[in-house]
Amino acid sequence: MTFVSSDLTRSARADRPRTRQSFARRLREHWWVYLFLLPTLVGYGLYTVYPLLASWVYAFMDWPGFALAGTFNGLENFVQLWNDPLFWNAFGKSLLFLVVAMPTRVVLALLLALWLNSRSTPFKGVFRTLFFLPVVTTGAIIGIVFTLLLDAQGPISLALVWAGITDTPVNFVAHPDTSLWSGVAVWVWKWLGITMIYWLAALQTVPTDVHEAAQLDGASGWQEFWRVTLPLLIPFLIIITLIDTVSALNVFDLMQTMTGGGPAFSSEVIEIFIYRTAFAATTPQLGYASAAAVLFGLLTVVLAIVQAFGIRAARGMMPGGNS
Amino acid sequence: MTLTETTVPTTREAGKRAPRRRRRPWSVRRIATFVLLVVMTLLWVYPFIWLVSASLKQSSEIFGSGLTLIPETFRWENYVRAWTEAGFAQYFLNTVIITVGAIVIVVVRSALAGYVLGRYSFPGKKILIGIFLVTFFLPEGYTIIPITQLTDQLGLLNTHAGVILGLGAGGHIAATLLYAGFFRGLPKELEESAKLDGAGAFRTFFQVMLPLSWPITATVVILTFLAAWNAYLLPLVFTLSNPDLQTLAIGMTSFVDDYGQDWSGMAAGAVISLVPVVIVFVILQKKFVDSIAGAVKQ
Repeated sequence: MTFVSSDLTRSARADRPRTRQSFARRLREHWWVYLFLLPTLVGYGLYTVYPLLASWVYAFMDWPGFALAGTFNGLENFVQLWNDPLFWNAFGKSLLFLVVAMPTRVVLALLLALWLNSRSTPFKGVFRTLFFLPVVTTGAIIGIVFTLLLDAQGPISLALVWAGITDTPVNFVAHPDTSLWSGVAVWVWKWLGITMIYWLAALQTVPTDVHEAAQLDGASGWQEFWRVTLPLLIPFLIIITLIDTVSALNVFDLMQTMTGGGPAFSSEVIEIFIYRTAFAATTPQLGYASAAAVLFGLLTVVLAIVQAFGIRAARGMMPGGNS
Repeated sequence: MTLTETTVPTTREAGKRAPRRRRRPWSVRRIATFVLLVVMTLLWVYPFIWLVSASLKQSSEIFGSGLTLIPETFRWENYVRAWTEAGFAQYFLNTVIITVGAIVIVVVRSALAGYVLGRYSFPGKKILIGIFLVTFFLPEGYTIIPITQLTDQLGLLNTHAGVILGLGAGGHIAATLLYAGFFRGLPKELEESAKLDGAGAFRTFFQVMLPLSWPITATVVILTFLAAWNAYLLPLVFTLSNPDLQTLAIGMTSFVDDYGQDWSGMAAGAVISLVPVVIVFVILQKKFVDSIAGAVKQ
């Protein structure tokens, strides 16, 4: 026994210098590995990691206009943000957009995917293509096109009057009560197709024998979906809601071109607030905008974490989740 | 014997067919579902049809003639006006330059990094992957201010190169991870036989590995093409003071500011901007859908 253990320690001791040597040797032998990584290290370092850190530094600076550099002013920007009703307005609009638009997109896309996954639906390919079409289009262009479509004299308003849903023509984009919701509707319209494709990919992973077993047990279509298919889709639900959450917080192109945040800030999401403060104001405030941007980044991270935990917890409570 | 032999297959077939036959008749529910699907599809397609129709009408006709989609006369001159007078020719060229530049940068740097990450272990690898994952969902609005400052300091603000680097140099983690996943799956013999042939690491990569990875390259080209062609915030901020460098998405906004009442010109400009992405999508449809579905499965 002693022999074996001493032998083991000896070999372990002998191993250590060898690993260190091989570390140095690996570094020397694989120098080209770092050359391969160089474009990524430089590009990613400068354009992703540096901005990530620099935002935090800027957030503690007073940096008016395009002055060469800012001056440190501590927590001043954050205090000012805390008391800025327009910041809270933008924060609230972004959350409202997220809370309404994201679930609508996820659920509607799932229904669509279930229809298109069903063997009995004809022309599946055509439907899939047409629903996906808006996804590839330019958000900024779509935003402008919809300002025309949603004009008081535009086809949507006219059709609603014709159908008797509204009495008078409405310019949805120019009315404070409808501007944000027009954005939500167009966003769901534009991006539904990609979430549908995610769901279709997810449904492909549900084995067909599960479906057959459920049918043999006499489960109705609804029961089968609720008890059998949905629990299997939970891991995808986590990923899809996360992707769509991030997407719902990145709506600058669509909202800026559709409403510009107006009228009267009724549709000013957080990104428009940042853009306006940093680039479009008469006196741009880079430090102040960075502080808002940093809080926006934190919001994204917090939402991502909360969501992952929330859905995981829900998974445990799901009926049939343990079967 | 013959009896059993014939009965067994029939019961099996019947067992398979039974559920299908049950679904075959067009029940009220199935018809309702199908009608709903068709209505929804029309809602999804209508804006595009309306746009093309508006681009061929007279401006006064767009809002004056109710819901009619067919123009009184087809006014192709709207396209000529948008292309020449409104500067969409220049915007188009700028967008092509910026998109191609961004694609080249993303493909080269992602393939190189993905190859190394997928096939070799080296000091610092875990840290690198960790950084990639942490920054995966970084919102664009968060980084735009420092990126603009950086580009300004590099003297690249208001240049094509500045926009290309801004769109291609950072981000695009999915591309790197796709390459890494692909290269990890290749057999080790490939390098060994290349080594026997006397090829070094670089020749092995460019002559053996990169050509093999063409399906991934196609996916990355498609995803980057979409991202760059449709980009808005970054090119907007980078070319605020130089209309000659603006892309289609930004040029469209300038058009609205300059010729607010020329709705048919606006519609023609929008069609010009959207046609390339739509054409590429229609041709490469399957690849598009597979790329995106593959990205979520990862």
